[in-house]
Amino acid sequence: MSDGWTSAISDFFIAYPLLLATVKSVLLAVALLIYVAYVILADRKIWAAVQLRRGPNVVGPWGLLQSFADFIKFALKEPVIPDVANKGIFLFAPFIMATLSIAAWAVIPVADGWAVGDINVGILYIFALSSLGVYGVIMGGWASNSKYPFLSALRSAAQMVSYEVSIGFVIITVLLCAGSLNLTDIVNAQDTSFGMAGWYWLRLFPMFIIFFVSALAETNRPPFDLVEAESELVAGFMIEYSATPYVLFMLAEYVAIVTMCALLTILFFGGWLPPIKIAPFTYVPGVIWFILKVSFFFFFFAMVKAFVPRYRYDQLMRLGWKVFLPISLAMVIIVAAVLQFWPAGPAGV
Amino acid sequence: MQAVFFYLFATIMIASAGVVIFARNPVHSVLFLILAFCNGAGLFLLAGAEFLAMILIVVYVGAVAVLFLFVVMMLDVDFAELKQGFIKYLPIGAAVGVVVLAELGMVAIGWRSAPSASEAVANPIIPQMSNTAALGQILYTKYVIFFQASALVLLTAMIGAIVLTLHHKPNIKRQKIEEQNARTRENVIEIKKVPFRTGV
Repeated sequence: MSDGWTSAISDFFIAYPLLLATVKSVLLAVALLIYVAYVILADRKIWAAVQLRRGPNVVGPWGLLQSFADFIKFALKEPVIPDVANKGIFLFAPFIMATLSIAAWAVIPVADGWAVGDINVGILYIFALSSLGVYGVIMGGWASNSKYPFLSALRSAAQMVSYEVSIGFVIITVLLCAGSLNLTDIVNAQDTSFGMAGWYWLRLFPMFIIFFVSALAETNRPPFDLVEAESELVAGFMIEYSATPYVLFMLAEYVAIVTMCALLTILFFGGWLPPIKIAPFTYVPGVIWFILKVSFFFFFFAMVKAFVPRYRYDQLMRLGWKVFLPISLAMVIIVAAVLQFWPAGPAGV
Repeated sequence: MQAVFFYLFATIMIASAGVVIFARNPVHSVLFLILAFCNGAGLFLLAGAEFLAMILIVVYVGAVAVLFLFVVMMLDVDFAELKQGFIKYLPIGAAVGVVVLAELGMVAIGWRSAPSASEAVANPIIPQMSNTAALGQILYTKYVIFFQASALVLLTAMIGAIVLTLHHKPNIKRQKIEEQNARTRENVIEIKKVPFRTGV
């Protein structure tokens, strides 16, 4: 009976591949949004715990429903559009930012074969979308037609473009080792008999740190949150935004953070692979490992926010261009040379 | 399906290219230019050139157009002044347009593909090879000299831009990180014994 049903369902979806892709995308998007709701709560809880506060604890048990309450509050508010704003672009900016950040998840394999689109240039696709993310900020800042948002948008555009360069080089070192741009292949390339020690975080150690720090800067997280440095810029490029458009910006920001955590997991932490390749660990489904690893990285994002003071703008630029760029460029050459002259060594374990 | 998307991308691309020219606000022009780039990437994807599509987005939309937008937003453009000489310059502009159009037309009429091209289309690269790998293979073997030469041209342009814009003003206080890191307690702090009621 159940066999007949499943085969009937699979036949139906094979007949309509577009419908299948739609169902997959909707499921992934819903799961992602619920995960992000709890990531926002976790962010606030971890921050509170570091400062010896309780954090949100009123809505639902232990404050578990806080994010949903906030969402309803924002959605029911009246969106205020400034009189001098360029209205079309003003409303388009948050929309485009949220769309782009969620679209990146189309190629992320959350478990073996569980990607909506398992394309050949997966990593380039994510890189392209994250480089488009800067437009939401610039458009929002410019369309507000006000000084502080504009200053902040220019700042953040320069910041995001700068750190993209070092992120690009870090990705190239991983690609050289994995020999593919497909995210599933990159994870499979890390599947060695050494388990956790065979993942790229150890093999490409300095790049792992550089990628983590650049990811903080790329997503405008503290200590690099100069975009919304409230001590200087009131509230950054989204001062003029309220209600639903503001929620879209905030959602985009957190989805981008989760995307970066997922990218760290895939590129350096073996995606869905278990840390030790022995019995109890291999029974756990891959998607659980993936979520655990993403949450692990998000914990570090939240901890950094809680205890690292904000960088000054010139220090941020110096770190990006004069420290990370030369190191990652040198690493690309070193990794390429090692692969050329000793191919069986680090990559072919 | 492919044809539907082809016409969709092509129509939006041409329409947005038109808006780039006709938009009154230069910022809108740049935004429509970006839309045109994105649709160009879509056309590449339809042609099966996924690597080129992604590079188009990363390089043109992610880097070049950001700089355009930066410059255009910072410029204080006076639209009235910009529109002033329109009639005066119209004949020259139209003449240039006609010449370019004629040249393009001649190229299009005289277009002949290489005899081996149709053969190459009929027998594409090895099916197992992704088009990123195929591009890499040919770029770093057959065309390596051209590849390196174009890299050198870009390097020259970069050095030129840096030389033109880098001014070292002499009397400006600069932060020297290595100097700050080299400071130690011994050579920075001096502890003095201050005698009571006499001072240092």
